[in-house]
Amino acid sequence: MDYFVQQLINGLSLGSIYGLIAIGYTMVFGIIGMVNFAHGDVFMVSAFIALILFLILTQILGIASLGVALLVVLVLGMGLTALWSWVIERIAYRPLAGSFRLAPLISAIGMSIFLSNFVQVAQGPRNKPVPPMLNDVISIPLGGGTITISEKQFLIFVVTAVLLVAFWALVQKTKLGRAQRACEQDRRMAALIGVDVNRTVSLTFVIGGALAAVAGVMFMAYYGVVNFSDGFTPGVKAFTAAVLGGIGSLPGAVIGGLLIGLIETMWSAYFSIDYKDVAAFSILAVVLIFMPSGLLGRPDVEKV
Amino acid sequence: MQAGSQGGLPPASVSMRELVKEAAIWALVALGLCFPLIAFRTDQGFSHQTVLDARPYLVAALVIAVFAGRLLWRLFKHPQRTRRVLFPPLDLSHRHKAWLPRAGLAALLIFPWLALTLTGQAGAIKWIDNFGVQILIYVMLAWGLNIVVGLAGLLDLGYVAFYAVGAYTYAIIATYVIPATVPVLGPWAFWICLPIAGMLAAFWGILLGFPVLRLRGDYLAIVTLAFGEIIRLVLINWVDLTNGNIGIQTPRITFFGLPFTSRTGETTFADIFHLPGSPTVHRSIFLYYVILGLALLVAFVTQRMRRLPVGRAWEALREDEIACRSLGINTVNTKLTAFAMGALFGGLAGAFFGARQGFVNPRSFEFMESATILAIVVLGGMGSLVGVAVAAVVIIGGIELLRELDWLKSIFGDGFDPGQYRMLIFGFAMVLMMVWRPRGLIASREPSIALNEAKAVSGAHVKEGHG
Repeated sequence: MDYFVQQLINGLSLGSIYGLIAIGYTMVFGIIGMVNFAHGDVFMVSAFIALILFLILTQILGIASLGVALLVVLVLGMGLTALWSWVIERIAYRPLAGSFRLAPLISAIGMSIFLSNFVQVAQGPRNKPVPPMLNDVISIPLGGGTITISEKQFLIFVVTAVLLVAFWALVQKTKLGRAQRACEQDRRMAALIGVDVNRTVSLTFVIGGALAAVAGVMFMAYYGVVNFSDGFTPGVKAFTAAVLGGIGSLPGAVIGGLLIGLIETMWSAYFSIDYKDVAAFSILAVVLIFMPSGLLGRPDVEKV
Repeated sequence: MQAGSQGGLPPASVSMRELVKEAAIWALVALGLCFPLIAFRTDQGFSHQTVLDARPYLVAALVIAVFAGRLLWRLFKHPQRTRRVLFPPLDLSHRHKAWLPRAGLAALLIFPWLALTLTGQAGAIKWIDNFGVQILIYVMLAWGLNIVVGLAGLLDLGYVAFYAVGAYTYAIIATYVIPATVPVLGPWAFWICLPIAGMLAAFWGILLGFPVLRLRGDYLAIVTLAFGEIIRLVLINWVDLTNGNIGIQTPRITFFGLPFTSRTGETTFADIFHLPGSPTVHRSIFLYYVILGLALLVAFVTQRMRRLPVGRAWEALREDEIACRSLGINTVNTKLTAFAMGALFGGLAGAFFGARQGFVNPRSFEFMESATILAIVVLGGMGSLVGVAVAAVVIIGGIELLRELDWLKSIFGDGFDPGQYRMLIFGFAMVLMMVWRPRGLIASREPSIALNEAKAVSGAHVKEGHG
């Protein structure tokens, strides 16, 4: 029992990271109908930005308080990653608006290759260890044993929950969120009633980038090591999560992310750690075959 | 201002101040992008901790370059000038259509001899093997994927899985099965495994095709991507069968049973035919013609299939699935045949790859390969065989040429490693190609069936299919 609850906690913290990345995929897909393949690498870039900012703050500026350092890293990292995401949209996707469907996908794949190799050239191919932080654990006795939640996991839950609520309010209550939902439903109609579609698409990329940066900071703190090739697998899994939850649906992306994280952790805990990714991908295939629009997605209406 | 006037000063309405302001914004964005990733390099310290190494001059140079570049661009590029098409799409109408493939084929046939005459024994291997064979493998793979994506309109992001099935079929049968059961057939391993690899890959194509046929568009793309990753992960983790990450050493290709090189003193190809020169060159030339034959087989089958009812159904399916169903076309069978045909050719190419490398491991079957093959098909104009071949030469030839950048060391000093910029340039080139030429290099395609005369159709009228 305690083992199961422990794995549940581990799975949920991993799933929170996937969920944050998945939101970027699902929003962009909802609004312009393209798979932003480079999003996983934007996440990797953000993890590097977070690591460098953290080292600047602690080593060069000598800030002793970990809380202050992490907060600054989070805020600055979100801004800088959002800038990356914005520039990528302007260079690689905006010129292709209205082009045929595969062109943005190929462009995004090219961007993904560019980003991971750019980081490899700029930062070197080695694993970059992160100074250990937040390793204290809270132990809770349960059943016959104890479960432990590390401060890192606690931080992940809190930050994810707070940001999701803030983000939810942004989409539901603000003018920007209304414009975004309008573009998602019908881009041309939204343009006709005075929504600046290009600006809304740009802002979608900015928000997606900022949320990926949150995931990047968490990833850096949680795993303690970053590498230039870290974008691909989490990116594919987050996309899997977005599809699993029903692509285009925001709560779906979060639920999908948590599910993928849980599946992966439970599989590693109870079966074989080697095949954890195989399990995640197989479950994706099974879900899609029996529920093609995902858990919370709208069914695809075929218009003749 | 008149459109079309060349260069000169910008219109009076844009003041110099605004231009400087805009360039300054660009420079600021560049500074934002450079700030953490280029300005500080993470390095390993003495006690294995990560330390930072500041590079302020590099960032300053980049930011100034962006500022100056943008300013000059705005000064000398007329904002109202009509956009000039940089590379007009090739129009393969009647005149070109007849001679281009034939001339290309003739050039392909004489290529190894030309390379041998021009560069001699030592230089020829590089040209025949690194360029010729490498490009032809991708031509074959892209033509195979073209059946699935270009003709049937099913977006497949996991094509490399079938390539892997073919390569591992060859590796396992030729290395373990044949020596253990009928060792006499050892030298014939490649020719025995080739059809088996093709059939197994086609079988996997059908196996994958069955469940995913209900999916459309991007869902199909993600499931095929997942399938490609599953195959690769199984190859890594099923160590008993595949030897995991280390891979399998495979027997080299033979000339219909005659080995090219021999460590045990058997009669070799060069002995029988009394050929001069290095046996490695003989093998490269033989490999070149084998893959050329296999690729031409794919082209031939594709051209014939397009005229068969099933081939016409593929293209109809790409244009409109609902109309197809209304007309009584069995969409399940149509999609399955497209998947199986594509997988079959992927498997054949995989078996060839295994025999050529003399070595297979899972690193050759990463997602990058699928992405490259798909990029070739899209750049080739989706559906046009000549276009796909040209695109393969451009992309794979370009990647190989980027290996030859060692002369840059004389400019930037010895610490500069041009090799690591290869994929960086490749990725960015993919983006630029899509921005400039989203419909591919070849703009027109030949209809598979026509009423009176065959007119080339613009690629822009062809749908890309929704899976």
